[in-house]
Amino acid sequence: MDTDMRSSMQRLIQFFMRCITITFVVLFLVLPLYVILSEATGEGMSVFFRAVTHQETLQALTLTICTLFIILPLNILFGIAAAWTLTKYEFRGKSVLSALIDLPFSVPPVIAGFILILFLGRHGTLGFLLEKLDTQIIFAAPAVIVATLFVTFPFVARELVPLMQEQGVDEEQAAVSLGASAFQTFFHVTLPNIKWALFYGIILSTARAMGEFGAVSVVSGHIRGKTITLPLHIEILYNEYNFTAAFAVSSLLVTLAMSTLVVKEIVYWRSGKKQTRPTGGFLESPETPDL
Amino acid sequence: MIRQIKQKHFLPGFGIGLGFTLSYLSLLVLIPLSILAVKSLSLDWTVYRSLLIDPRTYAAIKLTFLSSLVAAGINLVFGFIVAWTLVRLPFPGSRLIDALIDLPFALPTAVSGIALTSLYVRTGLLGRYLEPYGVQAAFAPLGVIIALTFIGLPFVVRTLQPALQDIDKEYEEAAISLGASPFRVFASVIFPSIRPAMLTGFSLAFARALGEYGSVVFISGNMPMKTEIVSLLIVGKMERFDYEGATALAAITLLASFLILLAINLTQWHYSRKVQQTG
Repeated sequence: MDTDMRSSMQRLIQFFMRCITITFVVLFLVLPLYVILSEATGEGMSVFFRAVTHQETLQALTLTICTLFIILPLNILFGIAAAWTLTKYEFRGKSVLSALIDLPFSVPPVIAGFILILFLGRHGTLGFLLEKLDTQIIFAAPAVIVATLFVTFPFVARELVPLMQEQGVDEEQAAVSLGASAFQTFFHVTLPNIKWALFYGIILSTARAMGEFGAVSVVSGHIRGKTITLPLHIEILYNEYNFTAAFAVSSLLVTLAMSTLVVKEIVYWRSGKKQTRPTGGFLESPETPDL
Repeated sequence: MIRQIKQKHFLPGFGIGLGFTLSYLSLLVLIPLSILAVKSLSLDWTVYRSLLIDPRTYAAIKLTFLSSLVAAGINLVFGFIVAWTLVRLPFPGSRLIDALIDLPFALPTAVSGIALTSLYVRTGLLGRYLEPYGVQAAFAPLGVIIALTFIGLPFVVRTLQPALQDIDKEYEEAAISLGASPFRVFASVIFPSIRPAMLTGFSLAFARALGEYGSVVFISGNMPMKTEIVSLLIVGKMERFDYEGATALAAITLLASFLILLAINLTQWHYSRKVQQTG
């Protein structure tokens, strides 16, 4: 009888835990998604499409896409160089370097924007140089690019390091000792092994680049048609009480966020769940990978 | 050992890889950060003093700190329940919930901000049920806590999941067969083994909350002395070109968040050493 009571109590606890989980997830994750989509389409599809295809929305989208064309190649290049250096060689200060690469994750977005103003602003450290060259970075389109570079900086390296660490150097060494050049070794040996992690790193960078608000907001200067990204456009629409349009533009970014989650699941399953990292690269884990 | 080092250097590209990594890192991250460090140290002491005795700054620091703490606490409790359910009590649809947990990371903060605001305003989907009880969520400190809970949830769940998966069920079964109640099993068997993960998840959520901006500014209403967070105060100082005040406040915030992350690293190092020692 004692065991009966115990098991029924256990079942009761299990039932409650499932209920709490579902309630919490619906309250905090499902309802916000629902409200975006319902507000976006609340005044009919024609209003939705007008907001999405409005000139300012398209300008914001253009700026974001231009930003992506600049930051993605740089992030890929840096990510591969950093991961290659960190995983294929032994040297002093390796764990320090690895920790420094993660640094931008622990800088609050507003402060990230502010230090870029201190560095590149008119009265900033490089201000005199920029004035001589007659260029402006802060409060102009280049600022959006620099701020995005700062906040997306670690994503690709982050995805590559654990994987390349696991794979070791044997295959590359075999290739080199058989006479392959550095480029041949990279493109024929390393790249096929890391392509999924690289792809996921690119997706994460893209999502963050399209969605960054704090850092970009601080440095952009909010110049209409010039330095407005999609999140800034949403802010302006919302503050003008143009709620339907704000949510319509938001729903574009929701689509992007949802596809990021789907890609994450695909990459996670494709990797045969070998990597026990359900965080999928989003989590700013403080653990320095064992190097 | 020496041979291994030599072998590893056998691959080409070390010099160019390290050189590129270091110069890119310095240009984009290290130099800007050290400029803030230098500027904050060369500030006159009176800037800090006037900042610390300013009631508006004090209110903002208090609000940011307390609401981050409360939000991280809520996430610790509910994040544990969610993680436990996902790991131990799977049900139809729990895979979907698991995938959805990362939403706060993937959703742009401004989008989360306006979504939460429209949920919790008086006429909102949830706000209208709070209104009759005189509870105001949007444009009140409660709204700040709600936004910070939203963005902190994945930190706790994602650090607890692997820890819960690693628990050896044998100890639990032994405790149950010896007659321990479910609460006793939790307190003396499960809790000690996931304590480091709980601490890490809590601190990560807390650190993130301290610097959060986008998801909070819409729901908080940004009333000075009442619902103004530190990030917003920094933005305000920048917009008024009070760069000295912004530098001081940014330096304090950054120092706080670095110290928290350092503490997490030290704790983890401490626990992993303990695990190694005990076997």
